[in-house]
Amino acid sequence: MNYRALIIGAGISGMQAALDIANSGYEVLLVEKEPAIGGHMAQLSETFPTLDCSQCILTPRMVEVGQHPNIHLLTLSEVVDVQGEMGAFRVRILRHPRYVIEEKCTACGDCVATCPVVVPNEFDRGLAARRAIYIPSPQAVPAVYCLDPEACLGLFPLACGKCADACQIQAIDYDMRPETIEVEVGAIVVATGYELYQDEAVMAYAYMSHPDVMDGLEFERLLSASGPTGGQVIRPSDRTVPREVVFIQCGGSRNPEHGLPYCSKICCMYTAKHAILYKHRVPEGQVYVFYIDIRAGGKGYEEFVARAIEEDDTVYIRGRVSRVFPKDGKLMVWGVDTLTNSKVEITADLVVVAAAIVPSPDSRRIAELLGIDVDEFGFYTAADAEMTPVESGKPGVFLAGVGLGPQDIPETVAQASGAAAKVLSAFAAAKAEERARRALELEPEIQNEAVVQ
Amino acid sequence: MRVQISIDKVRGPFVRQVEEISGQGLLDCNQCGKCSAGCPVVAAMDLLPSQVIRMAQLGMEEVLESNTIWICASCLTCVTRCPKGVDLPRLMEALRQISLRQGVAELDLGALPPELTKEVPQLAIVGGFRKYIK
Amino acid sequence: MGIPYYPGCTLSTKAQNYDRSGRAVAAALGIELEELAEWQCCGATFPLMVDDSMALIAPTRVLYQAQQAGERVVTLCAICFHVLRRSQALLERDPDMLERINWFIEQEYSGVHVVHLLEVLRDDVGWDKLAEQVVRPLTGVKVAPYYGCLLLRPHDEIGLDDPEEPTILHDLLRALGAEVVDFPFSIECCGSYLTVKEPQVSETLSMDIVASAREHGAQLIATACPLCQFNLDYPQRETEAGFTGNEMPVVYFTQLMAAALGLPEEDWGLDSHYVNPAPAIEGQRALADS
Repeated sequence: MNYRALIIGAGISGMQAALDIANSGYEVLLVEKEPAIGGHMAQLSETFPTLDCSQCILTPRMVEVGQHPNIHLLTLSEVVDVQGEMGAFRVRILRHPRYVIEEKCTACGDCVATCPVVVPNEFDRGLAARRAIYIPSPQAVPAVYCLDPEACLGLFPLACGKCADACQIQAIDYDMRPETIEVEVGAIVVATGYELYQDEAVMAYAYMSHPDVMDGLEFERLLSASGPTGGQVIRPSDRTVPREVVFIQCGGSRNPEHGLPYCSKICCMYTAKHAILYKHRVPEGQVYVFYIDIRAGGKGYEEFVARAIEEDDTVYIRGRVSRVFPKDGKLMVWGVDTLTNSKVEITADLVVVAAAIVPSPDSRRIAELLGIDVDEFGFYTAADAEMTPVESGKPGVFLAGVGLGPQDIPETVAQASGAAAKVLSAFAAAKAEERARRALELEPEIQNEAVVQ
Repeated sequence: MRVQISIDKVRGPFVRQVEEISGQGLLDCNQCGKCSAGCPVVAAMDLLPSQVIRMAQLGMEEVLESNTIWICASCLTCVTRCPKGVDLPRLMEALRQISLRQGVAELDLGALPPELTKEVPQLAIVGGFRKYIK
Repeated sequence: MGIPYYPGCTLSTKAQNYDRSGRAVAAALGIELEELAEWQCCGATFPLMVDDSMALIAPTRVLYQAQQAGERVVTLCAICFHVLRRSQALLERDPDMLERINWFIEQEYSGVHVVHLLEVLRDDVGWDKLAEQVVRPLTGVKVAPYYGCLLLRPHDEIGLDDPEEPTILHDLLRALGAEVVDFPFSIECCGSYLTVKEPQVSETLSMDIVASAREHGAQLIATACPLCQFNLDYPQRETEAGFTGNEMPVVYFTQLMAAALGLPEEDWGLDSHYVNPAPAIEGQRALADS
């Protein structure tokens, strides 16, 4: 048995599993395709139902992961091949070049000041810009810059070179090349997470590309104190404070005919949170939420939604939206209130669509590499959804997080700890077996007793 | 025709007036329908009691044209059972009061069968006056 | 024992039989209902709007008049009881309102406890004591106790009995020896004052209640409210075509008490009903006696 675990994905679930295993004394290889860890949770403003600052509770964990002696963090990396079986998986990992030497970079930012390229910042969901050389967020772990080769004016041959000139400690290395490493691990946890559904036509809000129509993660960045507006809610088109905001639930979900049949589960709660946080920032504003059902199953969740309604005057409107279109500098929202049998219209300043959760686009490829199953949407499937919810069909490969299906942070964290416990029990069982075998080798005559034990 | 929903309606003077006269928060109602489920007079109403609250929540003043507010007998079955503690009879009274204060009179004693008015207990007549006439 | 008594308008006019039987049975149990020296209408509806205190003036005057007579005041009419008890509760929890109304009526109302005679019977007399006083039990008489609305609701202010599963009338009727008929419509609304605006609506509601009582085998309905009594009784009145023969008499609980306590028949007050209750009471008892 190889007592090292591989964890694919360093969002909150991958981090939790990594910490649980590492804190138990085993080595962890944590592979993340992005330049920094933390996943989507790092983008959130506050969490429901406690309204904790997401980064405040996440950053200490990220730092712990980054500094843990048992955790080897491989960012900008992808698993490209897996062979073998539990106890002895042989894994090949492709490491994309960062073009910045991690050990040298002090995150001083001198390079950024000279970079002439401006592109949308993915971390801010395009609400802000970054340079070709950048750090995804101020709290990023590792706290190291990286160079986006797609955006850079040219590396082969070198077309600009300003950032390297500006870097006084010579941390920038344009000659870095992709490299593939091979490692052996005993167990694997898959925690590849999610993205948001993108099909504008299916959501039937053909104006998703309109700057004032956004998805839930964009709105998180708008609310975030470390976001592009410093937490001020202003609408992207004209930088004014939106006075009337419409939230639309079930963007693409619960729509088996044209989109996705399943419920995205967390949107009801994060929308209630959005309503509350918006009202905290814009007390004179008004929030409307178009919904089919309000799904608030969870400790304190129903009360949280009630708070959004009763304390923050959120008006929930029971029904789907038919169309959203620009009108006189605002957005016309057409929908229905089935409780009064009325077709309704709202002239909104900002529209936020709770787009459905979909698995990370990598999930099918990862599943194929590992020989595990995904459902028709690309979510991993557990061997037995009730009784072994964090075990894949393949021994030694465990599952955690939203890659399994839509779920909220506490569920994800619990699942990650569950997957880590499964890894640790596999390690412990192997250890026990080894001890028994060694004992037998020393004293063959006690064989029968040992077997009984 | 589309009903326009806006901050000027959902937080407008009509909503404020209903909340002020009734002492109730309209948005406390989560539209579960318990009131309508137990209301003994629904058969004679054009809107369910819960729909009356809903229209008031959205600032739809046309709710004053509903016969439901006049059919409500203030029997208090709904408030006894409301899971959110919303006093619907007070909301109904507020809607009646808004109409009455606008000069609407809902009761014409002269139009009632004389044999009934002769027989009916005094308290029904006094109560009727107070409920249906300013 | 004497208790200040507020009869109210209806018991002084259309429901004199309730007043008379109530006073008589109370006296028979050693309780003197002492009518307030001076009283006026309670207003007949408890004001449900919170922005206008005018409608509280009438009930507060009554409460003040009651306070002059003693610490509590007993009522029979369920609607007077409802209006006065809720007004009492409101003025207890809202001292500003109390001060405002007192200023307006130029009196110093400070507090009185409004009770219904049913509570006096339950809490002061007790069902066992009452049963001991019964000389002609209502053996075999099948009575459906009908509570209506305002005697029970809203529970937090009225608090007379469980608002969904009340038993006080059940217990009283049992003490009188009657066979109590439990029926699901015992707390459904009769339509109240809709009778002056939408008589057909209150008639439909009332006849549903009567039908339910009949379906469950009742011969009589007993109530504590003059408006319930009217709404249930009046639609069954004799028309040009006569009675249908399917009528269900509706009586006040005090009338049944008068019969069971063996009081003179003039105290029962059975003469002013649209459907005569006497045969149902007496016929059955004659059978039981024989």
